[in-house]
Amino acid sequence: MADTKYTQEHEWIRVEGDVGTIGITQYAQEQLGDVVFVEVPQAGRTVAKGEACAVVESVKAASDIYAPVSGEVTEANAALADSPGDVNAEPMGKGWFFKIKLADKAELAGLMDDKAYDAFVKSLG
Amino acid sequence: MGEPLKRTPLYDLHRELGARLVPFAGYEMPVQYPTGILAEHAHTRTAAGLFDVSHMGQVRFTAKLGQNAAKALETLVPGDIAGLQPGQQRYTQFTNQTGGILDDLMVTSTGDHLLAVFNAACKESDLAHVQKHLAAACEIEPMFSRGLLALQGPQAAAVLARFAPQAATMKFMTGAFFVIDGARCYITRSGYTGGDGYEISTPADATDAIARKLLAAPEVKPIGLGARDSLRLEAGLCLYGHDIDTTTTPTEAGLLWSIGKERRIQGGFPGAAIIQRQIAEGAPRKRVGLLPDGKAIAREGAEIALAGKVVGKVTSGGFSPTLGRAVAMGYVERAHSANGTKVDLVVRGKPVPAEIVPMPFVKHAYYRG
Repeated sequence: MADTKYTQEHEWIRVEGDVGTIGITQYAQEQLGDVVFVEVPQAGRTVAKGEACAVVESVKAASDIYAPVSGEVTEANAALADSPGDVNAEPMGKGWFFKIKLADKAELAGLMDDKAYDAFVKSLG
Repeated sequence: MGEPLKRTPLYDLHRELGARLVPFAGYEMPVQYPTGILAEHAHTRTAAGLFDVSHMGQVRFTAKLGQNAAKALETLVPGDIAGLQPGQQRYTQFTNQTGGILDDLMVTSTGDHLLAVFNAACKESDLAHVQKHLAAACEIEPMFSRGLLALQGPQAAAVLARFAPQAATMKFMTGAFFVIDGARCYITRSGYTGGDGYEISTPADATDAIARKLLAAPEVKPIGLGARDSLRLEAGLCLYGHDIDTTTTPTEAGLLWSIGKERRIQGGFPGAAIIQRQIAEGAPRKRVGLLPDGKAIAREGAEIALAGKVVGKVTSGGFSPTLGRAVAMGYVERAHSANGTKVDLVVRGKPVPAEIVPMPFVKHAYYRG
């Protein structure tokens, strides 16, 4: 069963086996507004937990996306180049950003689960 | 934290409409409504959008006995104000002693008075500036509590004609008094989108009712500051504090069209000698349009480079919803400012190839009769 975890920067990671799919949350896409451009990392790139590795541009501003865990990028969502609006429409579905082969699954323990993330968003008002 | 945020007469309406409110120039203003900036932008380009711009500074100038208000104002701006016929409107700038821009403004003659509209963030300093220099010649009345509504888009004229039939035949950059919903309003055919439209100055206590009447028209949707910015960027219009400020002259900014021919020769405004010299010899740098290749967006502050050497800086950049691509404007050294010049915009440390192009990016659609 896939296990979804969240960061305080509003990324999510859904882990199946040792590969995690990464995107931004519903709250994040609402805050950003209409997404018009996404820059995703290239497959093969090694990223460290917390490293800025993608950029999401809304009409108003550019925002960095941080790697929730360390590992190697295995695939990026090429479809976002032509349909960045997928991030708004389905942030946790077809609006995913990239996949990563986890270097250390123990890093997941430091992330929030659904319940903790919901509480975190509520605390932001 | 500074002073508490001010509210326009439409604050309650914005809340009702589900606006996302943000601090802007000391006011709590709607940046967008639930449909989002792209939809608001498209709606303004294809139908009609209603913007709350009540935070802007409306000021009335009335000549004192034996004085000429237009001549007095000309001592602070390079625009041809004395030449305004009653009902005519003009765009101009307050300049400083070095030819820099303190603010840009609209001035309309009603015959009896001059009505000016200042930028929200500058209105207090502008008011102090005119009070300091023009108080001997003019009564200066700030009307900062009045409402100001912008109704913009190809269907704006059809909508406004239902409330003010004569407004349909007004030409771009003219103004007139109208009674809407029992309230005396001053309407100009102008705006900040590059499209056709109006700005409607309303008594504070009538603003909400008039806005609701306009929004009840099927063509009209409320539009926030987010789309206001993307619309003006496509239209190649300057945003004060970004594309123009005290360090840029009207010549560098490409605003020479707003300086009257006589005034270029005669001067008589702050910084005239510098601006006249730039007109004669060319300004050291110029504001240009920039079209980046690909999809990356070069925003304010991005460096403009030519063969690895920095030759300028982006002052506004973003996504043009009408063109479906990134656009930008910025200043480059005059030697490299010709249309067609290939440059690089440095976005997150990487060069993005771009071309210098004429503005506007989206053709203006002003109503000239």
